[in-house]
Amino acid sequence: MNDMFIKSREIGKPFKLSRRGFIGASLGALALGVVVPAGRARAQAAQAVVPGTRVSAFIEIRPDSTVLFRSAFIEGGQGIFTAMAQIVGEELDVDPANFTVEGAPPGPDYLLIGGARFTGGSMSVRMSYDAMRKLGASARMMLMQAAATQLDVPVAELSTEPGRVLHAKSGRSIPYGELVDAAAGLPVPEEVALRDSADFRWIGKPVGRLDAHDKSTGKAQYSIDLKVDGMLYAAVQHSPHLGGEPDSLQNEAEVAGMPGVHSVHRLPGAVAVVANSWWRARMAVEALQVTWTEPAPDVSRAMPADFSTEAHLAALKAAPGDGIAFEEEGDVSAALAGAAKVVEASYDAPYLAHGQLEPPSALVRWNEDGTLELWAPNQAPEMFQAHAAKVADIEPGQVIVHSPLLGGFFGRHFLYETANPFPQAILLSKAVGRPIKLIWSREEEFLRDALRPMSAVRFRAGLDADGLPVALHAVSAGEGPAGRWFGRDPDKVDSTAVEGIAGKVYAIKNRRVGHIHVDDPAIIGFWRSVGHSMNDFFYETFFDEMADVGGHDPYELRHRLLADSPRHRNLLEAVAELAGGWKRGPFEAEDGSRRARGVAMASPFGSEVATIAEVSIQQGQIVVHDIWVAIDPGSIVNPAIIEAQVNSAVALGLSSALLEEVVYVDGVPQARNYDGYPILTPDQMPRVHVRIVESGAPMGGIGEPGVPGVPPAVANAVSTLTGRRVRSLPLSKFSLEEGGAT
Amino acid sequence: MDLTINGTKHQIDIEPETPLLWVLRDELGMTGTKYGCGVAQCGACTVLVDGVATRSCVTTVDSVVGAQITTIEAIEEDPIGQKVVQAWVAHQVPQCGYCQSGQVMAATALLKETPQPGDEDIASAMVNLCRCGTYNAIIAAVRDAAQA
Repeated sequence: MNDMFIKSREIGKPFKLSRRGFIGASLGALALGVVVPAGRARAQAAQAVVPGTRVSAFIEIRPDSTVLFRSAFIEGGQGIFTAMAQIVGEELDVDPANFTVEGAPPGPDYLLIGGARFTGGSMSVRMSYDAMRKLGASARMMLMQAAATQLDVPVAELSTEPGRVLHAKSGRSIPYGELVDAAAGLPVPEEVALRDSADFRWIGKPVGRLDAHDKSTGKAQYSIDLKVDGMLYAAVQHSPHLGGEPDSLQNEAEVAGMPGVHSVHRLPGAVAVVANSWWRARMAVEALQVTWTEPAPDVSRAMPADFSTEAHLAALKAAPGDGIAFEEEGDVSAALAGAAKVVEASYDAPYLAHGQLEPPSALVRWNEDGTLELWAPNQAPEMFQAHAAKVADIEPGQVIVHSPLLGGFFGRHFLYETANPFPQAILLSKAVGRPIKLIWSREEEFLRDALRPMSAVRFRAGLDADGLPVALHAVSAGEGPAGRWFGRDPDKVDSTAVEGIAGKVYAIKNRRVGHIHVDDPAIIGFWRSVGHSMNDFFYETFFDEMADVGGHDPYELRHRLLADSPRHRNLLEAVAELAGGWKRGPFEAEDGSRRARGVAMASPFGSEVATIAEVSIQQGQIVVHDIWVAIDPGSIVNPAIIEAQVNSAVALGLSSALLEEVVYVDGVPQARNYDGYPILTPDQMPRVHVRIVESGAPMGGIGEPGVPGVPPAVANAVSTLTGRRVRSLPLSKFSLEEGGAT
Repeated sequence: MDLTINGTKHQIDIEPETPLLWVLRDELGMTGTKYGCGVAQCGACTVLVDGVATRSCVTTVDSVVGAQITTIEAIEEDPIGQKVVQAWVAHQVPQCGYCQSGQVMAATALLKETPQPGDEDIASAMVNLCRCGTYNAIIAAVRDAAQA
């Protein structure tokens, strides 16, 4: 994700400010901070705003001393709203339970990721932790200064307890809610002391999620649930091939006369029906008999009519050469030439769909003042704002973006243009002069999702006389999503294409990781753990091949090659200990089943992860009994949420390993719903055991790192059970008969 | 036609084959019941029809006239539903939360039918999909709700 991080700086720069960014969604309380007229605020903002420093942009203390907090990062299940309440509440001295958190509007205050903002790359907490602590501490100091004036005592004599300022000497105290007016006029302090981590009450503790009750009672509202006055509903039917346009609509008059139908529309690459309910809109748009044009030759990213995943995989496997070097150490050619044994294998992984449970939607309203209001699931408000402005032909500052809770995301809700419904909703709303809520049916979602790319990798390893790897040569072919969406330098390798093959921690002296760019005909995107989602599978399963050929136990070989890397060696030992000791198997379990274990390590998103899986094969099905995960994110904010996120990552990683594969034939995806694209079911979920190791290293990510170790750990165990290597996913394609042909 | 939802009668004038899901969401504004797949694969749309977990995305509205329909909006008015919600919060089940209305309804239906479910009962009743992988927390919460 580093490429994305750097490139997105450019994307983040030129945003104008929405009014809402300054006036805020005031709930009748004054924002804490310098209150200035909007005109002056704009002028000030034109000067440099240092992201994450202006208290008023984030914190609103209400009269009852509870806090409305605007989070730069969007909540989609990863627990970020709760984490923000913990971090800010710790320093502000407000119990996180007294926070209400919402997604912040676009604006310069929220560009906390290198001058840009997105919710992704497992970056939210680690990129904003220091700034959010300081923000909370600054607000607390302003409240204390206001209290000092009111009580006519020196600030030094004051302290706080949750929600109030105390003057211990006189026994007087003032609730925060009564200090807001006075505090709002004070400047944000330049320097503030932060709380000693030994005194943390909420950071590092398993604080309950703020949204658990609302999400257990149907009260939580997602984009798809929202409604505004005068709104109409819209449904679309897309061209089967991206780039095709609607030609003739044979039965347009008939469809226009269906119950509840308001109007029938042609959109770029789609037809739409606007109606007084979504079901009526959907029934009508699916009744439309449309002739689609073939994409014109100059249409970029048009889906070729003969595109198939099978042919594309063959092309990736056949891509010649060693590619551009991304990582190079020592002399791999010489080491291979001098090796006692050479191990070679080719690996591949398929396209994946996001499959988040909330289908994409967009709600659009044009306001009388010329502004456009957009509610849409998004991981990047400023990028959506900029693109919405382009589509609507207005200034970005005239687009008000709301970022509701995400019903799952996993990388689905970045700006992918043809994969986002909001441009269609803008055009429809403009055409009918009414607010529009557009929902994509699950079938349209499977047609237009931005996929985890397909990739193929060729490995060659050289082993010395002791069977230890001395050379590793890898050539990956495909395309990374960062290059696709943030610009690709043809002379450089997109790190999102090779992360997880490169950046491995084992001491193998001579290495070369090369990448061959092969343009992907599909619309590709970011999928939870991005390149790691497949690359660690490739590398860590090939690692077991090296171990087997060299006559070493795969755990012991990893342990040996981590001799000079104590952080990783400790983590490997931690996961083995958590699993009751390493044993590869096959062995007989207490229930009489024949089982094996696989191990894998990964270094994704600034964290380190070691994973062990225990697997059996029963009635021709792979059964994953237990997954043990030791994760070292350096330091933590909420251990309960980390455990939940690791469970979640295990589920997604296992789902991809066992079941998932997007297949195209004749330019069309074969699955259009979960019946054709199965995802992990409850009965396939293993027990998950988590150990958090706080090594004190710089803080790493949490949302994604649990994913990459799962497919290789499971595949390695399956290989031990069957005696054959797994070199392609998903495992549903793998013949499970022992010793049979692959 | 007349629908009884959460004990309240609603007069609905709509095509009889409309799925109950969209009557709830678009006609009545009860958006706690979710659309996930529309083909009874995921269970996000689960409601109770005469106490039985039912996938409202494939249940035509005319087929439930005269039935007692319970949605997530009324879950805490039901003593078993209330226990389920408490267990859900205690176990911090939801992540993104989108499937959880359906999960809570499925759990409530199970415990109404089988107050002390065994592992098999839980496995055969709790089949809704969750992309966030909250499955282990769901099972733990169902077990706890049964003991409460």
